[in-house]
Amino acid sequence: MKVLCVCGMGFGSSLLLKMTADKVLKNKGVKADVEAVDFGTAQSVQADMILTNNEFASQLQGGKAFVKAIMNMASEQEVESAIDEFLSQK
Amino acid sequence: MSDYQLDENCIQWFNEKVNWQEAIALSAAPLIKKGAVTREYAEAMVENINQLGPYILIAPNVALPHARPENGVKEAGIALTVFQEDVEFPADSSGEEKQARVFICLAAVDSESHLNMLQKISGWIDNQGLINSLLNAASQEETKQLLQSSKN
Repeated sequence: MKVLCVCGMGFGSSLLLKMTADKVLKNKGVKADVEAVDFGTAQSVQADMILTNNEFASQLQGGKAFVKAIMNMASEQEVESAIDEFLSQK
Repeated sequence: MSDYQLDENCIQWFNEKVNWQEAIALSAAPLIKKGAVTREYAEAMVENINQLGPYILIAPNVALPHARPENGVKEAGIALTVFQEDVEFPADSSGEEKQARVFICLAAVDSESHLNMLQKISGWIDNQGLINSLLNAASQEETKQLLQSSKN
């Protein structure tokens, strides 16, 4: 699966989020390609799941990807429940 | 993994009420002072928020002000600032008002080389006990002690 971590610049909070998501996916044994991108790029990249902040989540919704807003980008618990939610509805 | 060490001069604490533009300028000040970023970098962060909304809010009460390397980064660095009073951000498109009190100003030279800094930041943010202690810190000295004694 392809996961996009999206923030304004593409290398601050999105990389932080990617680090958290990579850890969670590794622990769960789920193979995924996780990419940190800026908001502009995110709109033109295909993905199965998008993790981002509240602001961008509302703007990225409506496409094919499952979009989830994350409040604490370093929280493995929060990212894990987002991933679980995605996996359970596949 | 190399561990990023936070420069003592890059730890600050303020008890004045400031607006978000002032908070960003204050959080960048130690990095400007040591020559890690230019003044334009601080201006770029404010400009980006005006355009994109408060994308720097990365956890409850925690902001990560940053702009692009080409906006004026000379060398990598982090400055951490605690504000005793809430810093209010403009409402996002959902109309929800946001605030933060811990500001971690990040200067990255490129998107790969600052992973150890982000690892450090991730460790702080994931440590709710540390964040709560920082929010309750009553002086600059206490803020420094909390960060220096943190194992993250």
